[in-house]
Amino acid sequence: MISFGFSLNTSRTIDIDADNFDKCHSLINHVPSYKRCIGCGGCAATCSAQQHSQFNILKCNLLFRRGEYDTLSNELDKCMLCGKCLLVCPRNVNTRAMIISMRNLLKTK
Amino acid sequence: MDINMYNPFIVPFAFGVIVLFINLFIAFVSWIYHLDKQQSKHVLKNIISFKTIAAIWEALRECIFHRNIFKRNPVLGYMHLCFAFGWLALIVVGKMEAVAYVGEYWTNPWLAIFLRFFEDGRAFPHKEVYAFVMDLLLTFVLSGLLLALIKRVYSQLLGMKKTTKHTPSDRIALISLWCIFPLRLLAESATAAIKHNGGFLTQSLGNLLANLPIEHFVLPLWWAYSIALCLFFIFMPFTRYMHIFSEVLLVFFRKWGVTESEKKTGYTDMEINACSRCGICIDVCQLNTAANFNNVQSVYFIRNAREMVNNTKVINNCLMCNRCVDACPVGIKTTLVRQLFREKDGFNKTNYYDYLNTLSSDNKSKKYSIAYFAGCMSHLTPSIINSMKTIFDKAGENYCFIDEDKNLCCGKPLRQQGFLTQAEALKKHVTEIINQTDADFLVTSCPICYNSFVNEYNELKMPVLHHTQYIDMITTNGKIVLEKKNLSMVYHDPCEISRGCNIYEEPRNVLRKTGNLFSTENEKNDTLCCGGSIADTAIEGTDIEAIAKNTFATLTKSNPDILVTACPLCKKTFMRNNAACVKDISEIVVDSLNID
Repeated sequence: MISFGFSLNTSRTIDIDADNFDKCHSLINHVPSYKRCIGCGGCAATCSAQQHSQFNILKCNLLFRRGEYDTLSNELDKCMLCGKCLLVCPRNVNTRAMIISMRNLLKTK
Repeated sequence: MDINMYNPFIVPFAFGVIVLFINLFIAFVSWIYHLDKQQSKHVLKNIISFKTIAAIWEALRECIFHRNIFKRNPVLGYMHLCFAFGWLALIVVGKMEAVAYVGEYWTNPWLAIFLRFFEDGRAFPHKEVYAFVMDLLLTFVLSGLLLALIKRVYSQLLGMKKTTKHTPSDRIALISLWCIFPLRLLAESATAAIKHNGGFLTQSLGNLLANLPIEHFVLPLWWAYSIALCLFFIFMPFTRYMHIFSEVLLVFFRKWGVTESEKKTGYTDMEINACSRCGICIDVCQLNTAANFNNVQSVYFIRNAREMVNNTKVINNCLMCNRCVDACPVGIKTTLVRQLFREKDGFNKTNYYDYLNTLSSDNKSKKYSIAYFAGCMSHLTPSIINSMKTIFDKAGENYCFIDEDKNLCCGKPLRQQGFLTQAEALKKHVTEIINQTDADFLVTSCPICYNSFVNEYNELKMPVLHHTQYIDMITTNGKIVLEKKNLSMVYHDPCEISRGCNIYEEPRNVLRKTGNLFSTENEKNDTLCCGGSIADTAIEGTDIEAIAKNTFATLTKSNPDILVTACPLCKKTFMRNNAACVKDISEIVVDSLNID
């Protein structure tokens, strides 16, 4: 890698060669509104599951986009599908369908 | 058995009947075999009881006379009556006539169907009466057939905006069914032209046909009639017409107390096969009337289920408002069946929701009169929660706000999406917390939670009230006094508490005390869904908006000052999509509280 004289934090690096984006693409097929997400975090702010846990739907979303699935299915299990995120979303993303699809996609290896 | 009364043309008919009964036998045995333990227990307990007699009566009423279709649409009811009752009567009276003709009970079984052909002109008791009655019944069936033809071409005439789209096997069965009765008419008339043994219809047509070289057509017509019957019988078990027999079976099992269980069972198959695809559910479905979805209605979902085509887009696209369940003349619990088809595997864990908090210890030690469960959606409409707090204070209640932390869900959304293990885990947790409060009543502001508490939570130690019921209770017993204002209001019944739990009068009682309540076109059990239902994961925002706007427009035709609802989700959906005054019943009550 060319040295530009500054360093990159590894946790912020997205390695396009190593990461797997297939599942993200099929998620977009299942839930087209997923494309509209602007990452505002409104969903995470209102989330019932987030009140007493580390569950963060925005973070799940980010990990899924990056193809980092290791801890994801355990995290997604915390969602109660109550639908508050759906109602606060300013971009009308079908968040519940998104989570269900993520769960399904993570199960298919 | 009389060997003289045989002709090769009965072979297709006989073959068809035998194949039909083998198919039916296999299907019925497999359904009954796949009932679960609880369901079999119900059957064994009730099979020898008055319930069986009640079932026979209901089977007659619904499967033969189609009373429910009559109630909804008399012309459609008449059409179904013609086929069901007319055809059965043709067989029964035909058998009686055959017995009278032969003079003994054990006649050749096909004589009931083909007697006119085999008659040799000898006299038998009531010969003319039989000829008349048989022709009358045939006319009756043919009149139904005419209506069926009109319905196919122009369904509006029979009061149906849309009718069911057919599959290829349906079409073969339908065409053979349509051919059966005209062919019977022609065959009997041709025979009557030669033998002069017809009634008012067949003889008249026969006299007309006598001018033609009719003797060459008699046998071919009887062959055609027999082949049409054969085709219909062979295809029947694989088409919508399977309902003719499955519906009877379903009526019996339902009367014996069998209900849908948590998972798919033989009873689910019975329900799926009892659907006659009459299409009544299409016209009541708001996804059709307001959002233009034409392939997701219960009739299509059930057809897919029968053909084992699992289209998740169809399975998931349902508001579960239960309008179709209410309208279904067969009484199939279509939304429950759909829920069963959404079943997804759990991840074999028990501690899904171990992060949820429990009741704090100083909450446990106090004695409460009310346990208040706001519900997730109420937390998005804080005005409802604030109003309820005011009402509780005014009524002098000592209440415990269970989900003040905004983190508890009743589990209904998970259940509706088929995550059963998760829903059970949540139910266990919430039950435990609610029971710890040891309050006199559990009050909830969310109809979804209310429905779930009433129908799913079987271990709650206190009666459950929706806040409409609670407010009605405290206004009736004088704990709070309401001041009537000069406001015009209409009330929107939320699906989950109206059709789901029959709460109709309580909110109306309260509203009449606070203002002028006007009725709407779609109220009580004909209420419309707001479109925001969380049961549907396949629907997009624009379609929700279309339904919300449509429902809102229907409800506010009388141009009221306020649209009142009793559900935070309905309120939120209406407000997001319509710039008008929508209020929850609790807010209305707080507005007209006598502040002294």
